[in-house]
Amino acid sequence: MIDGMLVPGAEDPDAAAFWQWCAKGELRIQMCTSCDARRFPPRPMCPACRSFDHVWTPLSGRGTVWSFVVPHPPLLAAYGDQAPYNVIVVTADEDPAIRFVGNLVTAADARLDAIDPASIVIGEPVTVVFDRIDEAVAVPRWTRP
Amino acid sequence: MTHPLRDRTAIAGIGHTEYAKAIDRPEKVLALEAILAALADAGLSPDDVDGLASYTMEATEEIEIARNLGLSDVTWFGQVGYGGGAGCGVVGQAAMAVATGQCRVAVAWRARKRGAVASRPWAGVRHRVYGNHQWSRPFGLLRPVDEIAMLTRRYQHEFGATREQLGAVAVTVRRHANRNPDAMMHTKPMSIDDYLAARWISEPLCLFDNCLESDGAAAVVVTSADRARDLPSTPVLIHGFAQSIPRQHQTMTNYFGDDPLVGPSYACADLLWRNALVGPGDVDVAQLYDAFSPLIPLSLEGYGFCGRGEGAAFGAGNALAFDGPGRQGGGLPVNTSGGGMSEAYLHGFNLIVEGVRQIRGTSYSQVSGAETSLVTSGEGVPTSALLLRADR
Repeated sequence: MIDGMLVPGAEDPDAAAFWQWCAKGELRIQMCTSCDARRFPPRPMCPACRSFDHVWTPLSGRGTVWSFVVPHPPLLAAYGDQAPYNVIVVTADEDPAIRFVGNLVTAADARLDAIDPASIVIGEPVTVVFDRIDEAVAVPRWTRP
Repeated sequence: MTHPLRDRTAIAGIGHTEYAKAIDRPEKVLALEAILAALADAGLSPDDVDGLASYTMEATEEIEIARNLGLSDVTWFGQVGYGGGAGCGVVGQAAMAVATGQCRVAVAWRARKRGAVASRPWAGVRHRVYGNHQWSRPFGLLRPVDEIAMLTRRYQHEFGATREQLGAVAVTVRRHANRNPDAMMHTKPMSIDDYLAARWISEPLCLFDNCLESDGAAAVVVTSADRARDLPSTPVLIHGFAQSIPRQHQTMTNYFGDDPLVGPSYACADLLWRNALVGPGDVDVAQLYDAFSPLIPLSLEGYGFCGRGEGAAFGAGNALAFDGPGRQGGGLPVNTSGGGMSEAYLHGFNLIVEGVRQIRGTSYSQVSGAETSLVTSGEGVPTSALLLRADR
């Protein structure tokens, strides 16, 4: 990890379980136990049936690139040092309405500029990897299968 | 059928400070200057004001405004959130307060300094990220431009929108600013070649797809239509007003719903047109919220000026120019003061001032005979819109 990159506040009560699963190397999201609807980002209530009851269900970790950007400076220093880099939005294979923001990288701990942005294609398949960014927190990034 | 808000209130006064990259006076002073200017334009004094409407991001609280202006009893005050989505909501809620008798004369304002942390929500970023930002910022999606660029790339992918089409939007509003001596870009012409040669900020968006960083303030005075008719300035009726937080919306990073390219404009437009006696085909001129150029085509679609995915093509060439084809010729004059990209970026409030000028007939890029003027607030955030009409 590069010093000064932003870290999700993993103790957020809505989100803590998501980040705990990431730290164990698993991509899990909430699934309502009343109506089976999946939801992400996490929240206490199912927007489909208003139930609070849920489990954290595993995803395959496979998805496709929905869109991407290539930020250029001015940026926070830790990101500016890697710019231009890519940020992607990934659609989960299991559910077209479940999407994650992440980065397309060559390996879990690679720099954010490891992939040539000109090579990224909307629709290309990606697989999740987990980048441990401090002692307690790992974030999902994505590699080419 | 009558509607309890439609045409019951009017914007009776408009005012603003100079717009510049750096103004050496505090936001509080800028707010007070703009409010005084708007009251003078309305032929009213601070003694007449009993309502205050502002953005939650406003740095100066209502009590400070009231204590400085020496207001008498303020009987209604309210704020609207979500930055650029708030502007028309602030004015529309003031109109509701006037129409329901909660106050008689309301002022609505926005004062903003680019250097002030409180005015730049992304400037106070901390190492630990909470709330909705934790799903995007750690990955380097840091700035509003990065968030909107993500939607733009997808929009280009789904509908074939090109850089040249976005560039046409930026070039057109720049030409409007070149005609407006108050605009920050008044003396800076821009060609499509200038646009295409500009440096990237967040691909696919370049420097000239972005709004300006501005200091300044603007204000409007809202009162009943009846009272406005007795005041010196031409009354501009608030014909319609709407706000929206669409289903499953996430502000700025609206990637988590079924169709992120159906933005808040659609739901806002539904209510706006439902309560109006006119439709999109009757709008003579529009001020569309333009923190970033792609928000203009997305708003053209959402408010029903063209079909989904057609906004970028709609705005090509000079279709959006004040002296372009106009509604008869399949265009729509937009952002005739230069808007957020070329006049000043005040979270969209200067768009409201210009929407009023078009009905008064006093714009520097006047649309001949304009009687119906649409103003919209932020696309991509919980939003709002105003439909302004001439009192004829």
